[in-house]
Amino acid sequence: MNTSEEQRGTGWTGPAPGRPTTGPFPRRPAPSWNRGRGHPTSEGPSAGVGDAPAGSLVRPYTMTRGRTRPPTGPRLDMITIVVAARDREERALEPEYQAIMRLCRRPISLAEISARLDIPLTVVRVLLGDLVAAGDVRTRASAPVTRLPEKKVLQAVLDGIRRL
Amino acid sequence: MASADSENRPPEAIPQAVKIIVAGGFGAGKTTLVSSVSEITPLSTEEVMTEASYGVDDLGGVEEKTTTTVALDFGRITINPDIVLYLFGAPGQDRFWFMWDELAEGALGAIVLADTRRLHTCFHAVDFFERRGVPFVVAVNRFDASADYCREEVREALDISGEVPIVMADARDRESCKEVLVELVTHVIQGRSPAMSG
Ligand SMILES: Nc1nc2c(ncn2[C@@H]2O[C@H](COP(=O)(O)OP(=O)(O)OP(=O)(O)O)[C@@H](O)[C@H]2O)c(=O)[nH]1
Ligand SMILES: [Mg+2]
Repeated sequence: MNTSEEQRGTGWTGPAPGRPTTGPFPRRPAPSWNRGRGHPTSEGPSAGVGDAPAGSLVRPYTMTRGRTRPPTGPRLDMITIVVAARDREERALEPEYQAIMRLCRRPISLAEISARLDIPLTVVRVLLGDLVAAGDVRTRASAPVTRLPEKKVLQAVLDGIRRL
Repeated sequence: MASADSENRPPEAIPQAVKIIVAGGFGAGKTTLVSSVSEITPLSTEEVMTEASYGVDDLGGVEEKTTTTVALDFGRITINPDIVLYLFGAPGQDRFWFMWDELAEGALGAIVLADTRRLHTCFHAVDFFERRGVPFVVAVNRFDASADYCREEVREALDISGEVPIVMADARDRESCKEVLVELVTHVIQGRSPAMSG
């Protein structure tokens, strides 16, 4: 694959001599890091979903009885994988919890639960937090920010994609 | 079952999930790319945002709302019984920036889809991944297949380092999308290896 080699090169040495510095496209301006709250290049924290004034979110948060954050427990991000605990006792659960439990018979991500039940992520997070607290489900969080996927995992991903 | 039993029994292994972000401007082909390689029809999930973020989006409107719902679409590739890869399309409009931090967290890497009809729409994505230190590749989605764009022209316009791979792509073509993914993961692995040759 000579094209890839060409792209990866041995480091960027600036535009080739003689090449005009402006191409057919307008050039990306130098990033400025103060575009305001919520912008990915902003210094400040982005708008927090959990800081919602309860009133504005009555409908989605009815199921959570107004809670916008899960009880303390494991980190529940979009790709946290959840599975029903094998030895849990049958209990009467409210319908939305039951629906989640049904999906969790096989490992499933939080994002998929949200999509398949058509319940916003934030709400699923709260409901799952309850199930975790009750011991009904077990979770496996994605690698924490500080620990990116191991090389072994990356290699497996690469092989997997090639096999597609 | 007695609880003593369950404590002695090793818990069923839960697969590990990894994710790749597919970013780019409005209509750049993000959803198309995800569906080209996903083993499931892309799913859509919603996140509720409760504070207006001020940004002019490409529709030209400045929206000011107290509650906004943003839809994220994603696909899945089961790599093996232990690893599941998710591909998330990042919301293209500026007012949905609040989702990006969460998307980027723990991401293996990102694909920036550059739409040659309006290259500037991916500038923010490039800024974001550079700043967050998320490894990315640029996939040039040539809507106008007849026009032949030179990689270096794109590189200059995006002002990205020579290390960042740029691939020509067609988001509708599965093989082309696989190539983009391979390029990205290879780039991530190379960036991770301690023996980086200069
Ligand atoms: N010619 C051509 N058309 C494409 C290509 N990729 C996507 N399209 C078309 O462009 C349109 C927009 O593609 P989407 O995948 O919906 O774009 P998107 O980035 O998900 O758009 P938003 O989520 O709305 O920002 C669709 O009609 C696609 O069929 C491509 O590589 N070439
Ligand atoms: Mg889309």
